[in-house]
Amino acid sequence: MPAITFIHPDGKSDRVETGDGESAMQAATRHGLDGILAECGGNAMCATCHVYVDDSWLARLPDMADDEDALLDGTASERLPSSRLSCQIKITPALDGLVLRLPERQV
Amino acid sequence: MTASGPAGSGIPHLDVDPFDMTFFADPYPAHELLREAGPVVYLDKWNVYGVARYAEVHAVLNDPATFCSSRGVGLSDFKKETPWRPPSLILEADPPAHTRTRAVLSKVLSPTVMKQVRDRFAAAAEARVDALLEKRSFDAITDLAEAYPLSIFPDALGLKPEGREHLIPYAGVVFNAFGPPNQLRQEAIERSAPHQAYVAEQCQRENLAPGGFGACIHAQVDEGAITATEAPLLVRSLLSAGLDTTVNGIGAAVYCLARFPDQWQRLREDLTLARGAFEEAVRFESPVQTFFRTTTRDVELSGVRIGEGEKVLMFLAAANRDPRRWDKPSSYDITRRTSGHVGFGSGIHMCVGQLVARLEGEVMLTALARRIAKIEITGEPKRRFNNTLRGLDSLPVTITPV
Ligand code: HEM
Ligand code: FES
Repeated sequence: MPAITFIHPDGKSDRVETGDGESAMQAATRHGLDGILAECGGNAMCATCHVYVDDSWLARLPDMADDEDALLDGTASERLPSSRLSCQIKITPALDGLVLRLPERQV
Repeated sequence: MTASGPAGSGIPHLDVDPFDMTFFADPYPAHELLREAGPVVYLDKWNVYGVARYAEVHAVLNDPATFCSSRGVGLSDFKKETPWRPPSLILEADPPAHTRTRAVLSKVLSPTVMKQVRDRFAAAAEARVDALLEKRSFDAITDLAEAYPLSIFPDALGLKPEGREHLIPYAGVVFNAFGPPNQLRQEAIERSAPHQAYVAEQCQRENLAPGGFGACIHAQVDEGAITATEAPLLVRSLLSAGLDTTVNGIGAAVYCLARFPDQWQRLREDLTLARGAFEEAVRFESPVQTFFRTTTRDVELSGVRIGEGEKVLMFLAAANRDPRRWDKPSSYDITRRTSGHVGFGSGIHMCVGQLVARLEGEVMLTALARRIAKIEITGEPKRRFNNTLRGLDSLPVTITPV
């Protein structure tokens, strides 16, 4: 199973094994990771699963849909060009090793 | 408890009736019994499987291909019985049909739309507190938990002023109808004709004010997202699920904050906790207690074999207090990390109106906590009985202004 790494604002990092067909958000919440709230359970309604994608990975992610784009305008921490919603990032074998940085705040 | 019968060996059979008045009066000992008996149980009273632990409830909610909604999310199996009303196009649908209608309601109730209605909802909450401060002693259900959503939601939908007294009774029928053919369900359906007639009428395009949620749903017909015959049924979903749920959600929050004064004080000291206080009340009280699914194939769930075409009852409320998942599950803690609770469901059917509910809860609790020092319960709370919804019928309180 692919594993992904979350880097907290204080620099600490957590490597998380993902399950079959899981999103980055689901993998994070299954491991009880602090820093991903995911109030809407992955339904692209809350933007509390915001992450900054590491530069080296950004271009390798599939493009975002319009609803994700619109939601990212309402994130609690600043939206950056690398901003994504982790519930919309489905982990495939090609994303093994993905690095995601957590924002300061989700609400 | 035996381990024989139609449900195969090894499954605990329980004679608990989760739709019985004594169960409703105090469900917690029975929830514990259901959770501790096993990961999957069989309820002989209604011939259904039951799941009451968090892990299994979550698993069932997140496998809609195996545990479907299109055969009804109540006890009645739409494959064997005619539904009491035309099925919901969203709640009682599976992908791909569900995906399309869900996208429409998600757009109509999106975060962007919430930003547009926020000021109006907040002003109405302030106005409600003004009225309550005049009274000092009142019924927190009628005068607060019902009065507040009634002062905003029907307008937000774009409903006419006439006939709104049908809304709460109609929702009462809908949520009773998910239950078994007990007295609650039978009587509700027998008396439903006038409420159904009102709702059918209000769902029509010409009866919905421009700019409201209802008109926005109909506008999706012009976009080609849904057909003109589908639109009224999607409006009906908001009429069914959008009012009584928040009445019970706000009622739950006020009941919690009145019972646990230390949490009320914490909220008063930090108003940013209002959102969490509401969310925790939805976990703690679970205004929507249960929903069913139907198996589409033979499946093994936590070691238990379930055949095709079986009803599985999910105890959302019991999952929300499962000690396997929650630390001190039976305490109301407004700073708790609540995400993952199943009070709004989970997965593809997770409440599409959750942003509306949270917005109402947040602005109402903020307005109350800013201006009220103390809420005291001054009489015996009375419970309202419904096959699916949990809440009070009356909660006499006296408030002290700041
Ligand atoms: C505290 C208030 C509320 C609670 C506790 C609640 C609870 C739920 C639950 C548990 C489900 C999942 C049903 C399932 O999995 O079968 C659900 C779905 C739904 N809710 Fe809510 N709800 C609330 C407020 C609202 C509001 C305000 C609206 C409308 C504005 C609404 C509209 C819906 C609809 C249309 C669905 C079906 C979604 C789908 O099947 O994809 N709800 N709700
Ligand atoms: S979990 Fe809500 S938008 Fe990702």
